[in-house]
Amino acid sequence: MHISTNPWVWIAAILTLAIYSFLYKDNPFYKFAEHLFMGLGIGYGAVILWYNSIIPRLWNPLAHGTSPSRFYLLIPVALGLLALSIFSRRYSWLIKYPLAFYMGAVTGFSVPVSFEAYIFEQAQGTILKHSMFSNPWLGISNIIMFIGVITTITYFYFSKHHKGLLGKSARVGIVYIMLAFGASFGYTVMARISLLIGRMQFLLHDWLGIIK
Amino acid sequence: MILFILFSTITVKAFDTPNDGGGSITIKAYNVPETVKKALVYRKTEGDTTYTFAGVMSILSYRYVDANSTIKNGKPYYYRVDFYFPDTVISVESDSPGIAYAQWYDKTKTSSLIFLIVFSTLVLVFIQLAKKDPEGLYIRKIPALDAIDEAVGRSTELGKPTFFVHGLLGITDAGTLAALTILRRVAKKVAEYDTPILVTNFDPIVMTASQETVKQAYTEAGRPDAYNEKNIIYLTYEQFGYTAGVDGLMVREKPGAIFLQGYFFAESLILAETGHSVGAIQIAGTTAKEQLPFFVAACDYVLIGEEMLAASSYIGREPVMLGSVKGADWGKAFLMGVIGIGVVLGTVGAILQSAGNGALMNVFEKILAFF
Repeated sequence: MHISTNPWVWIAAILTLAIYSFLYKDNPFYKFAEHLFMGLGIGYGAVILWYNSIIPRLWNPLAHGTSPSRFYLLIPVALGLLALSIFSRRYSWLIKYPLAFYMGAVTGFSVPVSFEAYIFEQAQGTILKHSMFSNPWLGISNIIMFIGVITTITYFYFSKHHKGLLGKSARVGIVYIMLAFGASFGYTVMARISLLIGRMQFLLHDWLGIIK
Repeated sequence: MILFILFSTITVKAFDTPNDGGGSITIKAYNVPETVKKALVYRKTEGDTTYTFAGVMSILSYRYVDANSTIKNGKPYYYRVDFYFPDTVISVESDSPGIAYAQWYDKTKTSSLIFLIVFSTLVLVFIQLAKKDPEGLYIRKIPALDAIDEAVGRSTELGKPTFFVHGLLGITDAGTLAALTILRRVAKKVAEYDTPILVTNFDPIVMTASQETVKQAYTEAGRPDAYNEKNIIYLTYEQFGYTAGVDGLMVREKPGAIFLQGYFFAESLILAETGHSVGAIQIAGTTAKEQLPFFVAACDYVLIGEEMLAASSYIGREPVMLGSVKGADWGKAFLMGVIGIGVVLGTVGAILQSAGNGALMNVFEKILAFF
């Protein structure tokens, strides 16, 4: 048993135990760790924003740049400052402009990407090709997949009552969805257990030195 | 002599990389003998006396894309490619300089453009129809919507507060916007029943929008005096800090109803489990497909993916939202049709191709290539 002498390891271990103590019930140790975590999160986020965005992308080009186009940066600065209008009861409506610009720009960028990644790629992958039947099992698997895609889409069809053929198809669709959820659940739980093992290793190896 | 003729036929062309935003030149070599072991690309521009190394050309495609950050649009760049043979090295210069420039139109995105036009037209048509007669457009009712009233009612009976937990994405996420519409419905019910509500936010802009939403809902319910903006709180911008904060609030306040709405990540199960442990009725809604299984396992009702968007349209009955859901439904029908036609063409085409007629298969391949 080789207990760590590194104070940071001790701090991390004690905070880990403080968070785990929540599994028993809410207590002052958990409250302390919770508030520390939230406070650090806000502070860390502010520092990251300052050093990764404002200084390199705004301050450095404006203060030290030579390109005349650097003054275009003042447009997003003005939009950003409008967001602060929320603190004024009289001018709080001005926040709508940066929000509208931001939402419009993000939507515009994401439309072609979403079409390709979520629609075209998926549609192309679902259409059965001759090569998909190179062996019988692969063929059966692809047919099952094809039925799954069509029936699942019908479940998310909201313009009609789920009755008759549409209802039956949607019913099959929800079975597919639940099967997918079950598989995803099992897979993710496995990943979470590996995270738990990682924490246990930290406590028992890095901190207490019980295991090698 | 034969070797010299062989080498002399190699040509190198440098041209602007098509369908890009500029800053890139493609170098392509033609008539390269198979005995080449490697090919190195060198670049120089006006004013340079010597070539500098640019990169390694693939000896499978004999193509190299020079997207170095120093490449400027409109400026000519000269290239030389050194071909390494087992016993010699041959240098070939590009017959003309390559000039990079940005294209206004990316031809590879034509399919996206066509679908975008079709889809947008459908949505706009349905928005107009919804403006004329909002009740005329049918949207299937989502079972979890009825549960909203039930959950708030139960919370009121127990004398406990109602929690509304936003997801982790900002105001640009469709799920967050849908969550705000659902929040409006929840806040209106809460105001009618005179039950306390607590809304937790991960994003400061979402918090501002939530404050406005709840304020409006209280006004609609005829209880503007009961609105307290301090009940819509911002916690932190750190994923698990937010989770720890919400969990702490749940166990201390012991809400009767919890709404987990928006886009969640790994914290979904931690939140849902804590909510379950305090005995709250939980209604979750997310478009994060990886997190849905956890909500299905730990919550009483779940709005699955697009159901969340449809639910918000059903509640809001706003023409833009109704039109979008209707347009999306037609888009789905169109896609199902394309997939179905593709299957028929692919199957029949393969049968005919084996019988010696490949025409239908060609059509099928062209449809696939279109996507």
